[in-house]
Amino acid sequence: MKIITIAAMLAAAALTAPPAAAQQAPGPLRITLEQGVIEPLPIAIPTFVAEDAGAEAIVAELTQVVTDDLVNSGLFRAIPADAFISRVASFDAPVAYADWKAINAQALVTAGVATRGDGAVTVRFRLHDVFSDGEVGEGLQFAGTTTELRRLGHKIADEIYSRLTGEAGYFDSRVVFVSETGPKNARLKRLAIMDYDGANVRYLTDDSSIVLAPRFSPRGDRVLYTSYASGFPEVYLLDVGSVTSQPLGDGSSTMSFAPRFAPDGNTVVYSLSSGGNTDLYTLDLATGARQRLTSAPSIETAPSYSPDGSQIVFESDRTGIPQIYVMPASGGEARRISSGEGRYGTPVWSPRGDLIAFTKQNAGRFHIGAMRTDGSDERLLTASFLDEGPTWAPNGRVIMFTRETQGEDGAPDLWSVDVTGRNLRRVSTPAFASDPSWSPLLP
Amino acid sequence: MRPMIAATLAAATLLSACTNPTGFGPGSGAAGAPGAQGVAGGIVPGSASDPASAAYFQQTVGDRVLFAVDQSTLSGEARTALTRQARWLQQNPGFTAVIEGHADEQGTREYNLALGARRAAAAQEFLVSQGIASSRLRTVTYGKERPLEICSSEACYAQNRRAVTVLAGGVGSV
Repeated sequence: MKIITIAAMLAAAALTAPPAAAQQAPGPLRITLEQGVIEPLPIAIPTFVAEDAGAEAIVAELTQVVTDDLVNSGLFRAIPADAFISRVASFDAPVAYADWKAINAQALVTAGVATRGDGAVTVRFRLHDVFSDGEVGEGLQFAGTTTELRRLGHKIADEIYSRLTGEAGYFDSRVVFVSETGPKNARLKRLAIMDYDGANVRYLTDDSSIVLAPRFSPRGDRVLYTSYASGFPEVYLLDVGSVTSQPLGDGSSTMSFAPRFAPDGNTVVYSLSSGGNTDLYTLDLATGARQRLTSAPSIETAPSYSPDGSQIVFESDRTGIPQIYVMPASGGEARRISSGEGRYGTPVWSPRGDLIAFTKQNAGRFHIGAMRTDGSDERLLTASFLDEGPTWAPNGRVIMFTRETQGEDGAPDLWSVDVTGRNLRRVSTPAFASDPSWSPLLP
Repeated sequence: MRPMIAATLAAATLLSACTNPTGFGPGSGAAGAPGAQGVAGGIVPGSASDPASAAYFQQTVGDRVLFAVDQSTLSGEARTALTRQARWLQQNPGFTAVIEGHADEQGTREYNLALGARRAAAAQEFLVSQGIASSRLRTVTYGKERPLEICSSEACYAQNRRAVTVLAGGVGSV
């Protein structure tokens, strides 16, 4: 309910009558993501122009959010403000491109911010290609509220990312994860949700029972997770808006875990353990109908749908060592796609459909990796004592995962890495954190 | 003297078990931590000196079996331990048990949950083969969520790859 309201207020509208320069042929400014960006693009983001007293109080934070998003993507380098020659005093004044060329800014962001007494915020923004003396795309106007200021910033940063890369952004998104406290042999776990950058952490459960591996619904409005609230691992469904949850099971003497939504948002695939054997099942949330997808004496777990819903990638140890398999979404014959040395687990299909991220364990180390959906072109992106549980950014360009350190004080944190293997960084959380699941872009 | 106490305890256990419709207590995440019973001289009901107590089962009979890396096969040592557990459970029919399966930290969360389920089931099946009614036994997997030892080397991992029989319903059960 709340999310819908926000979405309505964050509407973007093209600014009318862009200046003449913007109508020229598009400049050469373009970031190509395929091979990974080695040299970040120099960008100048002068503090947005406050057009009234209310805006004075928020322009610094808003500018910072946009700057942090772009810089942390690894694609941009923000030119420090003390190098600026020009001051942007008015959003509507002509841009002195020569001054920005002189400090080698290839891109320039200008924005004007206006507020109203009721908390409404309007941001007009333009993206400039400094060396072609013009704009990249048209001016845009974003409307939001002071309470959702960071989302406004993420929306603007997504727009800039999208215009310069030609791909959708990922900044206006959330991550649901497990927040952890306490010693290694008595960890307390609770579900939490936050902005993708670690801001606005909110807890969804208390820490009275173990919770594991939350997974967003395709629209980001619900979360599947595993809880020990009954004393046994069982899959629950949580409504993010009302923060209420209920078990999916029928209370029979089985254990269920590793749930994930199908792209239709109605079917759930998960693992069910009975008599020591773990197989894959689906549950239709609307009808309650349960279907068994695998029946082998081996372990079948960690299922993930292809974006078109036609296939499921999962982990099985049917050969004796955990490997990755793909089968039709209705079950049936599975083909193994992992072929390298070591053990493979937790495969996750990219939202673009082109790659499968996975956890690999080999020679005493853990890796996050990605391979094509036929298993070819395997790439290991990380290496550490324990990396596991990848989740894709909504644009399929960044992977977030759990990294746990070694030893008696060992503890987990969230990290992210580009699918190219570049730009490895820790995601700041208030406590230990594990099992991230990235939402789609917010509406 | 001793059998009488045991019989009394068993009866009490049955009564208390009746108040719990499923016959199963909640799984104890801290299972395996040594009980804190003060053992002094004579038999204190429910304490480790009481052969019909959960504490006795845990400390003297032995409540756990260990597994090799990635395995759920019972070793000879494990079978001996489970045979002792079965004999005790036969002598103390008022108790039910939850068998917890655990894994070490090597491996993904999901795989370790499945592996813990296998280990718990292996212990359960052996106890059933020794004549314990399956209705008295339930299994739960904790995967790698509840390590007993916290170092990151084989010395600790070996202790963490375990199936622990946690009694429920008995006097003095933890």
